[in-house]
Amino acid sequence: MIYFLDIMLIALTASLINNFVLYYFVGICPFVGVSRKVEMAFGMGCAVTFVISIAALISWTITTMVLIPGAPLSSFIAGFFLPEEAAGKIDLTVLSYIVYIFAIASSVQFVEMYVRKFFPLLYRSFGVFLPLITTNCAILFACLTIMSHIVGVDNPADAWDIGRSMTLAFFGGVGFTIAIVIMSGIREELEICDIPEPFQGAAITLIIGGILALAFMGFTGVDSGIRDTIMPAPTEQNLTMAPLQAEILAQSDF
Amino acid sequence: MADQPTAFERFVQGILPENPVYRQLLGLCPTLAVSNGMKPALTMACSVAFVLLCANVVTSLIRNLLKPHLRIVVFTLTIATFVTIADRFLAAYLFQMSKTLGPYIPLIIVNCLIICRCEVCASKQSVFTAASDALGQALGFGLALSSIATVREIFGTGMFFGIRLLPSAWPDWVIMVLPPGAFITLGLLLGLVNWIGIVKSRRSVND
Repeated sequence: MIYFLDIMLIALTASLINNFVLYYFVGICPFVGVSRKVEMAFGMGCAVTFVISIAALISWTITTMVLIPGAPLSSFIAGFFLPEEAAGKIDLTVLSYIVYIFAIASSVQFVEMYVRKFFPLLYRSFGVFLPLITTNCAILFACLTIMSHIVGVDNPADAWDIGRSMTLAFFGGVGFTIAIVIMSGIREELEICDIPEPFQGAAITLIIGGILALAFMGFTGVDSGIRDTIMPAPTEQNLTMAPLQAEILAQSDF
Repeated sequence: MADQPTAFERFVQGILPENPVYRQLLGLCPTLAVSNGMKPALTMACSVAFVLLCANVVTSLIRNLLKPHLRIVVFTLTIATFVTIADRFLAAYLFQMSKTLGPYIPLIIVNCLIICRCEVCASKQSVFTAASDALGQALGFGLALSSIATVREIFGTGMFFGIRLLPSAWPDWVIMVLPPGAFITLGLLLGLVNWIGIVKSRRSVND
């Protein structure tokens, strides 16, 4: 139950509350550049969601198997050269950026070849965007977020498992798609608007993005609200809080 | 090679005529994310300058060995190496700042600005030209970043570099330091830069 709630909240947070584009500013380049037609924006969003899920799968596997201190694969290999004590402590997290970018670049290449071979129609709609996705910050950002929830935690039990990581990546991609499709819908309408000359193009897009970000800020606090409704705070805390609050109220009255 | 711009031209062009943020719209992700104060903005500009300079010099040194279909991968791996160095340096000497900047330092790897400079300039020209190009672009990037950060910090907190500039009666426009403020400020500044450009070109036509 707690696990399911956790997954649900991660999905909600990644897609709406802390939207990748409108809250973390990752993936701004396609947001400004390609979001002219709704169909194209949707294709781009699907391509990003697809690649981001694959990249998250790869990077989660590499992080837990190779990079973190005491990871099974790295300590197994180091066991040949080092005494057992030292082999268990091998920490390769400093290599994480290089490993991730390599994983992303190769998975994009792989996805491109696979889609071209087996889904030619899809390739024709994705095709242009696929190479661009390598330099899309959203994908590296998802990998880094997953890493920070595996490497940075003090308690090993709190480290994210594959389910949480994939949820974050997939719904991050969904959030990207939502933002870019809304934006392209607005931009289709903008074509027939009378915009002052200096603001045409990127400038007006950014200002609209700001208004969209403002609208998405309305989701802030939804996650903690849901968490409190489903799992109310422990009752002992409520008991200790109640007299304290009464005391404060009493003091303020007199 | 004769029609390639010289080192000095490259340097000057990077600062204003081909400003990476306002003219080429490259590297918008860190521009928007870390420009809520001058200090993070300057740290970011310095990190980008370091990575850009090193990546450009290395790319220029190995430009004759590059295979066309592998060059993007080589660029990204070169950049990733230097970003790791910058990230470790910040974590060691400016720990608080590295916490504030968070994932945006590693995100320099996928900053289109650096890949673009490697592709356009460093993979074709000599080391000296590539280095001066990197410096010019980095200066332009720093200028753009600090101009946005100035607007956002002054309106958002009434302070500049952490020093109070506006009277304390100033109602802080909290929205300016939040994500929407970044979009709106950059949009307005971009419009302003475009407007100045249009006015200038009209004047030169009239003359």
